[in-house]
Amino acid sequence: MNYQFDFAWLATYWPVFVDGVLMTVRLIVIGGVVGIALGTFCAWARSLGPAWLKPAVVAYVELIRNTPFLIQLFFIFFGLPAAGFRLTEVEAATLAMVINLGAYSAEIIRAGIEATPKGQFEAGASLAMSPIQTFRHVVLIPALQKIWPALASQVVIVMLGSAVVSQIAVEDLTYAANFVQSRTFRAFEAYFISTAIYLGLAILLRFALLRLGHVIFPHKRAAR
Amino acid sequence: MTQFTLMDILRNLVFATQWTVILSLVSFIGGGLLGLLLLFMRIGKTRWLPPVVKLYTEVFQGTPLLMQLFLAFFGLGLFGIDVPPWLAAGIALILWTAAFLVEIWRGCVEAIPKGQWEASASLGMTYVEQMRHIILPQALKVAIPPTVGFSVQVVKGTALTSIIGFTELSKAGTVLTNATFQPFTVYGLVALIYFALCFPLSQVARILERKMNVAHRH
Amino acid sequence: MSLIAIEELRKSYGEVEVLKGINLEVEKGEVIAIIGKSGSGKSTLLRCINGLETINGGSITVDGAKLAEDEAHLRALRLKVGMIFQQFNLFPHKTAGQNVMLAQQVVKKTAKPAAEAMARKMMERVGLAEKFDAFPDQLSGGQQQRVAIARALAMEPMALLCDEITSALDPELVGEVLQVVRGLAAEGMTLLMVTHEMAFARDVCSRVVFMHQGRVHEIGRPEEVFANPQTPELQSFLGVNRAA
Repeated sequence: MNYQFDFAWLATYWPVFVDGVLMTVRLIVIGGVVGIALGTFCAWARSLGPAWLKPAVVAYVELIRNTPFLIQLFFIFFGLPAAGFRLTEVEAATLAMVINLGAYSAEIIRAGIEATPKGQFEAGASLAMSPIQTFRHVVLIPALQKIWPALASQVVIVMLGSAVVSQIAVEDLTYAANFVQSRTFRAFEAYFISTAIYLGLAILLRFALLRLGHVIFPHKRAAR
Repeated sequence: MTQFTLMDILRNLVFATQWTVILSLVSFIGGGLLGLLLLFMRIGKTRWLPPVVKLYTEVFQGTPLLMQLFLAFFGLGLFGIDVPPWLAAGIALILWTAAFLVEIWRGCVEAIPKGQWEASASLGMTYVEQMRHIILPQALKVAIPPTVGFSVQVVKGTALTSIIGFTELSKAGTVLTNATFQPFTVYGLVALIYFALCFPLSQVARILERKMNVAHRH
Repeated sequence: MSLIAIEELRKSYGEVEVLKGINLEVEKGEVIAIIGKSGSGKSTLLRCINGLETINGGSITVDGAKLAEDEAHLRALRLKVGMIFQQFNLFPHKTAGQNVMLAQQVVKKTAKPAAEAMARKMMERVGLAEKFDAFPDQLSGGQQQRVAIARALAMEPMALLCDEITSALDPELVGEVLQVVRGLAAEGMTLLMVTHEMAFARDVCSRVVFMHQGRVHEIGRPEEVFANPQTPELQSFLGVNRAA
């Protein structure tokens, strides 16, 4: 192999990567927050909600978990306008991520809810709380706390999966790499750099989410 | 211009599905074999192999599969080979699959209670004998449901190979969309075909897991 | 009129009838001990009074209001009757003080300062004023159960239902919880307790209910019931207990 690696182009093109990172971060922040909210609702609906809602939630969760994100994205961006529902590239990407994370997090959060001891529900009820109040104030936070590491991993997976939104011309980190390689013809180097940035983002995101968990959930202090 | 009927679209998609299936099988089997090799390196007694494998899994789990496909495609090109998409796709998916399977399986080996190691050691077994007769047979049973579950991720992962030009189900969907201008129908059908491939695997994984949990409780 | 009136109460789990027509009237300020073997239906009876179990027949009336299945009636009933559980069931993500404040704020819509003032008062009453900001897992079982009592009291119920509240405690922690209950009884709180603490039942209770096979088998003042059991079942139950 007599190939000369060349990263000199970075001096000119680094701002493209910065913009790409900002878009990727923006997508995962919005997609993460709204997706987890949707997942929480679906988890509630499936384990505690009205009977008529359950089959709809099961169908949604199974459909999303058993199809590729790329196809979900294409269906939303290319398919839905044919049905009269038009979205911009960024809107479509965000919606696809919300729907995707919503389905996965629903299953994760449901496991947390179903691990709640029966006595917690009864204690809430005996204090005259409604089922919704009991869910909101008694069940939800400990349930989320239990499954938080799994949820954090899933958010990271969705962030990494978001690399394909470049396929509908969302200007994310992968798009930046595509752009740079088309200008410099340094494909391997461009993808190498963006891959390294993705790895850094994944590590940072995971760390940030676990820190966030420490902030929103009361710590278990060992001392008595 | 030729008119595509729904049947025409479906026929073309089903034809392309065979490549999705073949690539999934190759990736899963190849990734499984590589994963097994890595597993022994990961849980083995050497000092330097486990951290190397750990780094490998963290890099492949911490970066997008799409990037790995690009790097395989363009990286192989650096050797001056004209890389066919199927080769880059196969290599990247095998490496990616192995990274996930080795972590799943390591978890299963570590879930075997310490007493099993101690009991077999007290019977005078060597490390290899312990592995061969005591630990792996038990770990294998625990490993089946999550391994089947991960096969769903592999099938879905093959969709990304369309982006580096491998013609499978997703690529066929894009080609057909451009030919028919019916993205709603085409991508809807593509999604349903993926669902038909993945849902049975998900269900089998779930049933196996439930069976095992019941068996454990008694 | 009695505070709690139970008439011909029936409850089944599938084929098995656990309560076979219970009649019981509880006056305001009474302290009632419900005793009996496990499986006699005593816990189920308490859970029915709090609406945690749906009933299959008969009626439960608390302060003139009848228990009904719908959400509004259930909540109205639970505002009148508090419940303490064997396993404490404190909310693990909230401090002791927050445990006591939560339902006041959420259910009664009490403003936070008022809820906190009430919570501090109740924590004081159970002797745990200094544990206001402790999390449940930082408290002993006895302390947790006292917080649970404070939590129920903060809703200002007309009666408290205590379901084997000392059964999950280490023996040395039973006393501090019973001391709190003794104090409540002295202040005139209406109490229904399922208990295995016979000495406590004898000292504190105004009446003792002996349940056997889903029925009220014997009922009376503690000195009568304990000194002079009428039925062989109660005699054997007390005998077993004495021996133990």
